[in-house]
Amino acid sequence: MSALTGPPRRREPRSVLPWLAAPALVVFVGFAVVPLVGVFALSFTTWDGIGAIRLTGLTSWRAVLTDPGLPHALWVTFLVMAVSWVVQTPLSILLGTFLAGRQRYRAVLGVVYFVPLMLSSAAIAIAYEALLDPNFGLGAGLRLQTLSQDWLGRPGLAFGVVVFVVSWQFVPFHSLIYQGGVQQIPKSLYEAAQLDGAGRIRQFFSITLPQLKYTVITSSTLMVVGSLTFFDLIFVLTGGGPGDATRVLALDMYKRGFQASLMGPASAIAVILVLVGLALALLLRRLGGRDAGASQLEGA
Amino acid sequence: MTTTLTRTRRPQKVTHREGQRRPRPAARRRNWAGGLAGWLWLAVVAVPLYWALITSLKERTRYYASNPLVPSGDPTLENYRLVIESDFLQYFVNSVVVTVGAVVPAVVVSFMAAYAIVRGWRMRVLRAVNGLFLMGLAIPLQATVIPVYLIIIKLHLYDSLAALILPSIAFAVPLSVLVLANFIRDVPKELFDSMRVDGATEWTTLWRLAAPLTRPAILTVSIFNALTIWNGFLLPLVLTQSPDRRTLPLALWTFQGQYGVNVPAVLAAVVLTTLPVLVLYAFGRRQLLSGLTAGFGR
Repeated sequence: MSALTGPPRRREPRSVLPWLAAPALVVFVGFAVVPLVGVFALSFTTWDGIGAIRLTGLTSWRAVLTDPGLPHALWVTFLVMAVSWVVQTPLSILLGTFLAGRQRYRAVLGVVYFVPLMLSSAAIAIAYEALLDPNFGLGAGLRLQTLSQDWLGRPGLAFGVVVFVVSWQFVPFHSLIYQGGVQQIPKSLYEAAQLDGAGRIRQFFSITLPQLKYTVITSSTLMVVGSLTFFDLIFVLTGGGPGDATRVLALDMYKRGFQASLMGPASAIAVILVLVGLALALLLRRLGGRDAGASQLEGA
Repeated sequence: MTTTLTRTRRPQKVTHREGQRRPRPAARRRNWAGGLAGWLWLAVVAVPLYWALITSLKERTRYYASNPLVPSGDPTLENYRLVIESDFLQYFVNSVVVTVGAVVPAVVVSFMAAYAIVRGWRMRVLRAVNGLFLMGLAIPLQATVIPVYLIIIKLHLYDSLAALILPSIAFAVPLSVLVLANFIRDVPKELFDSMRVDGATEWTTLWRLAAPLTRPAILTVSIFNALTIWNGFLLPLVLTQSPDRRTLPLALWTFQGQYGVNVPAVLAAVVLTTLPVLVLYAFGRRQLLSGLTAGFGR
């Protein structure tokens, strides 16, 4: 015993290190890793959220996979993801490039742009619900027919509103990422292009855009994976409706679990959510990995 | 600012500076697309915010007849009174307790872990821990909420503020460790070595050397976590039940359910609940914004 703790073990201060990591590890495992494993386990059970949990094998999975609600929720999730990516990406690149300029008025505009980032999804959703109200909202007050439609009452319109509000909330964040990306592009590239007689638009497409490749991948990954977890906003804004028009996966999970008391099937949906997220993240990383080499060569 | 700089510098090397000077102003003037998008987006962002603010100051009875974009000539704080009388001070306190109660321990334990990971990189255990945290970045909170609910029930914490604090800490850890470790890595090795020569323990080195030198990063991480937790909605929705355990975003939602048609009152609640963050934004905008992209900047 004494031989083990004696002089040869001078590493004593170092062996303290794992203990320093222990508290973070314990909380993280307890409230993130265990739940992640737990959700897989719960998907093979039947539980109403209050009573006993019974192991029922594949019952929940069978229920979920044969329910037409699942393909619908997947489709809505995919649509929200795709459409909000298409809307947000060009806008964020444009605004990021714009904000990267050093003019003072742009910095001032930036102060306003980033306000939505500070607000909770619940606050944003509630403000928009009031603003879009067909009777008491902004459009009605201005007596503009086109603006005073039943925005949240019709499936197509409600979907559009969700995409718009999502963009309103998150375009600032992605602009911020792109602004950082643009500011890191070496000035010498633009100067060289200028000497070659390339115009502003040409410069944007042959320098700015290719140089932003990594940034596009980072931003898109966050956008796409993040869009899987839109819950607060859609829950408060439309509640998944009208009907099931905006019922995305995360909302589907919540409704099955906490409103219909079907925790087993809800857990199965959560597992699907995790798997889809992982698959997308890996796919985008792969895409990024391949492009990385090419863009470096172009840069040189 | 930049123009004056280039101007004062230019005369030194005439030939080269001429060539360099030209690109910048040219690039400035011609960005029509960016300029147009910039001003349009300003309107898109500012109009709803402006509308919400002025409407919250209108009397309910007059609101329906007035032009929605013209501020009331006779602003009233009546709506705000209604909001405050609906227990919003209690919800504010709850939000503060949850946010502070989660952010402080989260940042402390993350800092300790980040320090251990950087200093003990040679140990396989710590590299594995780091790998686990990195994987943790990909775990969506939403997907784990059912088991979290179960665990909280089993711990007899359901409907308490502690129920919100514990998972919030867990989900703050991965990104905090990642960002803090990046900054601790930048501390020169010689400083650590000299601390060790002086006989300092890891514990002392952690708090006396690493923490002061990475203070900006600690602040940034704290702000990011605070904003996320302050605005959190799902955990309070699922893990609490009684009105007196509500945090602000949840309270806002229930308030809307109750006063839905009273648009000015609902908007007063929206403005009031976002006020604390906006005050913070006014004073520490740079810190806040760098905090938001801390994990993703490349």
